[in-house]
Amino acid sequence: MIAALSKELLLQWRTRAQMLAVFVFGAASLLLFSFAIGPNTDAMRTFSAGFLWLGLLLSSTLTLAESFHAEMENRALEGLLLLPSNPRALYYGKAIANWLQLAILGVMLVPVMVILYDAGPKQILLMLLVIILGTAGLSAPGTLYAAMTAQVRAKQTLLPLLLFPLIVPALLASVKATSLAILGDPMEQSRAWLGLLFAFDLIYWALCGLLYGRVVEE
Amino acid sequence: MTEVSTSKTPYVFLTLGVICLLVGSYVGLFIAPREEYMGDVQRIMYVHVPTAWNWMLAVIFAFGCAIAFLFKSDFKWDARMEAGVEVSVLFALLLCIQGSLWAKPTWGVWWDWDPRLTSVAVLLFASLGILALRKFVEDPLKRAIWSAVATIIASVDLPIVYFSVKWWNSLHQQQSSPQTVSSAFHLPLRVNAFGILFLMIAFIMLRTRVAAMRLRYETSAPPLVAEGELA
Repeated sequence: MIAALSKELLLQWRTRAQMLAVFVFGAASLLLFSFAIGPNTDAMRTFSAGFLWLGLLLSSTLTLAESFHAEMENRALEGLLLLPSNPRALYYGKAIANWLQLAILGVMLVPVMVILYDAGPKQILLMLLVIILGTAGLSAPGTLYAAMTAQVRAKQTLLPLLLFPLIVPALLASVKATSLAILGDPMEQSRAWLGLLFAFDLIYWALCGLLYGRVVEE
Repeated sequence: MTEVSTSKTPYVFLTLGVICLLVGSYVGLFIAPREEYMGDVQRIMYVHVPTAWNWMLAVIFAFGCAIAFLFKSDFKWDARMEAGVEVSVLFALLLCIQGSLWAKPTWGVWWDWDPRLTSVAVLLFASLGILALRKFVEDPLKRAIWSAVATIIASVDLPIVYFSVKWWNSLHQQQSSPQTVSSAFHLPLRVNAFGILFLMIAFIMLRTRVAAMRLRYETSAPPLVAEGELA
């Protein structure tokens, strides 16, 4: 798995210009969201968490679909599966790499959010934790579905269609926890949402790893 | 691939189901007493609750078929799973419509984003996504495996739906039991529950036949060249 992970990270490092493009896409979508509310600073700050996560979600469809691009060329996926290693290791390597990429993207989008919506997080560590846990929740099922949809015709439509309903609990918890980080948390509710996020991550990382073998076999 | 069944059993279930539904609905609409606080609006419970129960059964059935297919690799489980997912989508849509009809007079809104409604909507969209996935994949084996995997992942939401009213402060009512529901309501509720159960079984059986026929067509070899026709 470490080998798979380092391969993914190397690939990501080599295509880091793409990361910039996805970041610009995310930032642009945050900008567009601000037009949905108009120049109402209070409202924008209230909803800034939702906008951040929606922007992150939309960008994730780009990065997740891209992550299987290398495997689709010259049937590299079959070559990888012929290696005497567990396909699950390949899955976890890729899922962790995607997680890292999404987490970095999330962190990069926070300053954009701060600038556009005047929404500085009051608890930076909490914010960081939510981004880490939330993107983990996006990455696990996302990588599995990206593996499936990379092999079919309408890949760009199918991946969001399949992924979005499934990660609603993670999205809800992340948005709630982030908005608590931004707007203040007088009743200490963030713990409950983080717990939900953590449970979601555990369940899906285990389940998707178990199912990955069947998804890519010939 | 075995022959597609042609037994008349589903039609028996269909008839039984329609009869039960008619009887139960008649009793529920005209004979059962009015509810104390909600009045006549409450009568939608006689279809809404059975639809909910049977929807959950359909999801569990689809989940079971998905697991069976992944273990046995027999296409009949794939046909049954396809039927289960489609019927569960139908029931979920009915559930949302019935619920909205009740919600407007009672809560004042057609829809609310409370945990139970949200989790039902999530499962509905996930099931629609599974149906879309099946439409886009042409290879029968890949389609079967992927939709089985997607069904398993989507069914993880079902316990959340069921327990949502207990875990969170939901606008929707908590689970009822025979102890909490007045006995005057039991009969039409149970009759309707069986009615919709029979209908669901009939729908699943008939839809499985359609799916099995299509699978048989897709997985069979093309017809051999006839005598004397060789190019």
